[in-house]
Amino acid sequence: MATAKNRPAKQSDFHVKLARELPPLLDNMPLDFEAKDDWLATMRCDKGAILKLSKILSERFIFEHFSLVTAVDRLDKFELIYHITSYQNHCMLEIRVAVPKDDAKVPSVTPVWGGANWHEREAYDMMGIVFEGHPDPRRILLPQDYLYFPLRKDFNMEGE
Amino acid sequence: MAEMWINMGPQHPMTHGLWNLRVKVDGEVIVDAVPEIGYLHRGMEKLFENRTYTQIAPITDRLCYGSSFTWNHLYCLTAEKLMGLEIPERAKYIRVMAIEIQRIGNHLMWLGAYAADLGLLTGFIWALREREIFIDLMQSLSGSRLTYNYARIGGVAADLPTNFERDCLRAVDYFERKLPEHEALYGKSKIFLMRNEGVGILKREDAINLGVTGPVLRASNAKIDIRKENPYEVYDEIDFEPHCSDLCDCYGRYLVRMNEMKESCKIIRQTLKKMPAGPVRVKTPLEGAPGEAFGRVEDSRGEGMMYVIGDGTEKPYRLKVRSPLFVTLSAAKKMLVGYKLADVVAIMGSIDVCMGETDK
Amino acid sequence: MRSKDFMSWADDWFGRVMKKGPIGRGLDHLLTDFWTWARVNSLYPLHFGIMCCALEMAAASGARFDAQRLGVIYRSTPRQCDMLLVNGPVSKKLRPDLRRLYDQMSEPKWVVAMGECAISGGPFWNTYSIVEGVDQFIPVDVYIPGCPVRPEAMLEGFMKLQDKIRKERKGALTEEMV
Repeated sequence: MATAKNRPAKQSDFHVKLARELPPLLDNMPLDFEAKDDWLATMRCDKGAILKLSKILSERFIFEHFSLVTAVDRLDKFELIYHITSYQNHCMLEIRVAVPKDDAKVPSVTPVWGGANWHEREAYDMMGIVFEGHPDPRRILLPQDYLYFPLRKDFNMEGE
Repeated sequence: MAEMWINMGPQHPMTHGLWNLRVKVDGEVIVDAVPEIGYLHRGMEKLFENRTYTQIAPITDRLCYGSSFTWNHLYCLTAEKLMGLEIPERAKYIRVMAIEIQRIGNHLMWLGAYAADLGLLTGFIWALREREIFIDLMQSLSGSRLTYNYARIGGVAADLPTNFERDCLRAVDYFERKLPEHEALYGKSKIFLMRNEGVGILKREDAINLGVTGPVLRASNAKIDIRKENPYEVYDEIDFEPHCSDLCDCYGRYLVRMNEMKESCKIIRQTLKKMPAGPVRVKTPLEGAPGEAFGRVEDSRGEGMMYVIGDGTEKPYRLKVRSPLFVTLSAAKKMLVGYKLADVVAIMGSIDVCMGETDK
Repeated sequence: MRSKDFMSWADDWFGRVMKKGPIGRGLDHLLTDFWTWARVNSLYPLHFGIMCCALEMAAASGARFDAQRLGVIYRSTPRQCDMLLVNGPVSKKLRPDLRRLYDQMSEPKWVVAMGECAISGGPFWNTYSIVEGVDQFIPVDVYIPGCPVRPEAMLEGFMKLQDKIRKERKGALTEEMV
């Protein structure tokens, strides 16, 4: 039974495989791939290439489960942080995507992983990032006619 | 045929919380379903950015009040990873024991509410009676019946009270003797079986692609449990087996939860035996270190995650919560289409809805 | 005579004779003890759970605390209820729906605010999406403090509401104090 302490060495082999095979498939985009431990690895991606990366991860490297997408307001830009899990290869990938504030549009990964549907709706609702190609781009938690995006740093917690 | 949209909620006995399920029916058969949430949105993620790390811990209890210790513990796990703290062994064992005690309490509350929805009111009364025993155990540990605030960053709030091991073992023995009575009540009831078997089928590929986790995924023939996949605290030193069912319907989810309660009893016994002596808490800094950390646990309802970004001050820059039920609820349409209107109660009840964590 | 005209004539006659007239006041004087006894021992709350206090409301209906000995039975539709138990924070999205539920209940009706979130917003009082207390838009009769409210405290709150109804002694026909 594979546990955290005696996990077989193939985990870091999988990270090595990812680091070797991903760059040529993405036209040698700078990825900053780094394995943090035998479970988690981080990388970055350009905003336009995220859908292509998702298809490659899902079909070729068997990443079946979409865990989370976090939207962060970094004052000079937005940042989207995706967490994607592979049950088969015991690995989780953290992908950072920088989104400029004046062009806050990102392609949606919902066609690849259905689990990203409501997560992306929430990221739009709270931060205002528009996901192109999303099947149902409406607000989810706030009323439909609400005018503001609460998690932006220039929005006061007590409301308008 | 007559097609129309029916609103089930926000005030509806089926909902157990505030959400709206709009179903499109063609006669009696469901052809479309759209869940609408957000009636309980409290702005928790914005609230977390305006409170210090110590002040956030009691608020995370209110994320999912049915299994509130899990969220409390998940937040403390994430904050400890950010600050780079190592907590004592005894605190880890106490946390695991408390998680399993309140997991049994949560599944019993689900069982009672589910039975009440299907009309089996005896099951409601029996489940609440057994749940009171576990609530009393948590009350002697933490002082509160429902929102515990027992885990702190750096360990747990206080050590076990006197005679706790004796009371806990007595409670677990009593519960293991009573569980076969509950199983006989449901398993031998023809109406319960008719309403549950073959209803709400969710296949394995659909479940994994739609991001479903927890008992609903394990009932769809996928043996995935984060306590085994990616162990945290001392779960890698404890011997237990996550139960998996290949039925993919509501009856399979019921079986998975009943067996999870039995496994929790085994885990509680092992933690009480293996617990070392020692301190239960370490001193923690007030500020969070700059950097990121995330915690991932097996909540009673699936995969719970928290992602924190610290910036060196005493308040987090961003704290994101992933709730398992947020994603499982989005898969409602897959489970509902093709069944009759009276099956909605059974299907939505079997995924164990708790709106606190969904709406944040 | 059309049925609409007949209905308005019957309403008018009934109002003059019974509700405002001497027959109604006389009947109320005789029977108000009976009306009060009936109202006090059959408070039907609405089956409406918002947040954590709803689990304590459910535990209060269990075998250990047994709310049903006070005559409390939960009904699913507001037309059949006379008590609205608000047991959690009210968000701005919920506010119009809750007001509608209150308006759909028929007289006499009472409102109990259970828990800190319903009294004043609770731990979420200064966020952008919570109304600070349910008494901003609905008149409240009894406030039960706690976070979450213990089932024993909830039963005591119900008994305080029963005392309030006994003191009020409203007549059923004239709806004035007797």
